[in-house]
Amino acid sequence: MAKLETKIHNITLKNPVMTASGTFGYGEEFADFIDLTRLGGIIVKGTTGERRQGNAYPRMAETPSGMLNAVGLQNVGVENFCKQVYPRIKVIDTNILVNVSGSSIEEYCSVAEQINELPNIPGIELNISCPNVKKGGMGFGTNPEMAAQVVSEVRKVYGKTLIVKLTPNVTSIVDIAKAVEQAGADSVSLINTMLGMAIDVERQRPYLSTITGGLSGPCVKPVAVRMVWQVAHAVQIPVVGLGGISCANDALEFLMAGAKAIEVGTANFVDPTVTVKIVEGLQDYCQRHKIDDINDIIGII
Amino acid sequence: MKHITDFTIVRREQLGQHYFALTLRHPGTLPSIAAGQFVEVEVMGTREVMLRRPISIHDVNPAENTLTLLIQVVGKGTRQLATLQEGDTLNLIYPLGHGFSVEGRNPLLVGGGAGIAPLLYLAKCYKAKGVETTILLGGRTKELIPVREAFEPYGKLLISTEDGSLGEKGMVTQHSLFSAAYDHICTCGPTPMMKAVGRYAVEKGVDCEVSLENMMACGIGACLCCVTDTDEGHKCVCKEGPVFDALKLKKWMGIE
Repeated sequence: MAKLETKIHNITLKNPVMTASGTFGYGEEFADFIDLTRLGGIIVKGTTGERRQGNAYPRMAETPSGMLNAVGLQNVGVENFCKQVYPRIKVIDTNILVNVSGSSIEEYCSVAEQINELPNIPGIELNISCPNVKKGGMGFGTNPEMAAQVVSEVRKVYGKTLIVKLTPNVTSIVDIAKAVEQAGADSVSLINTMLGMAIDVERQRPYLSTITGGLSGPCVKPVAVRMVWQVAHAVQIPVVGLGGISCANDALEFLMAGAKAIEVGTANFVDPTVTVKIVEGLQDYCQRHKIDDINDIIGII
Repeated sequence: MKHITDFTIVRREQLGQHYFALTLRHPGTLPSIAAGQFVEVEVMGTREVMLRRPISIHDVNPAENTLTLLIQVVGKGTRQLATLQEGDTLNLIYPLGHGFSVEGRNPLLVGGGAGIAPLLYLAKCYKAKGVETTILLGGRTKELIPVREAFEPYGKLLISTEDGSLGEKGMVTQHSLFSAAYDHICTCGPTPMMKAVGRYAVEKGVDCEVSLENMMACGIGACLCCVTDTDEGHKCVCKEGPVFDALKLKKWMGIE
């Protein structure tokens, strides 16, 4: 058996496979299908200061090899997360990370501060890249100065591993990655969804209530691999790769491009057991290629 | 407990131009299924379709370890599913969502179009409790009511068609026997029909359950794409529905 263990800053992952926020609920939704403890980590859904209802239905549209969503960060809010959800999921023997979202620097800091108090949450993924909220969200992630500002403020109140999730909807993702590294991020994850749009020509209107939404699924993967490769060569902090991963070979592309870990998103909707299949596929690959340690192939491109 | 299983198609039946039924056999013992629950079907063989398709469970036969799906061809996914043949394999995630309560001593089941699908197994479940149902099926034309005779052993069957090609002419809510004489109404079908039936039931004080058919991605409450507006905020149709108490959907039905 090859060693699949990797590290993101202070977090040791038993393997590089994590789940992408917003595609895996709180993990519990998948417990009937897989042994959650086989995953390297679970990143639970985006959590904001207050409970949010998200955008109006319809907020999903299937597109070729992918989908658009405009959920808009529907979640129970940080207080309910800490009091009701956390006690249920803290016992799962894997790394549980919380995706932290907000509309203002104060909100990001307040949520991060409250999550910092939870002993079984070793890190957060700071979501400065959601395309589906009117205020904040992607706004912070598209400008290097604003990205650095929110990260440095959150850094002051959050002591554990701070991963910053980046948007691909920028001219240079490398500039944003460097800015958040400078501001104190321990890691960056990329890519969040790509801003997209689809029109129902029969009804002559957009499919989504919000008109535009975030594109995910296999169609975004080549863009994501390219961005991970660019960022991994530009920063010193570990990179977490995601975007259209649906099998072990996809995951390997990201690892070879420089990601220390990966997240599986939309593929969970098609096959709720896909994450465990990817873990097994990585092990098979290492055996076939006589690789003793998965870290030996990380960043080889 | 939800499962993911490869089923074998043991029967494929074409029901007119727009509908077909697939009877699927579980490789072992079929777990228990509540009326109104649904499956997420994997669609193979086309690059145009990535996501699974949510389909109501039309019938269940525990002795045979089979379940039947009644499918209307409406888009790319269902068009691909229509090409499946007996002997083919179909991967399902199931059973999903909350079904009907099977309450009431004198229930009325109102279905329209593909929404009649879950009502057959529902009528069977009532019958198993010793309750006879009244089943009111509606469609624009008789071709759009693909299953009729199968309901007859389970209660009194009423038909409405908008063009008058079968049964009474008009909407289901205009049928002469659509009334508040029942103690429980269950409905599934086009949104305007369900809203009309639900509004009527709420106004008359009759218990009513509405089965929604929102577009879904995951089917298990993870992606939050399929939400409906309820009086308690957005709820996932896949997880907290598809069957909702009409009293929780007043805003959705346009009742102030």
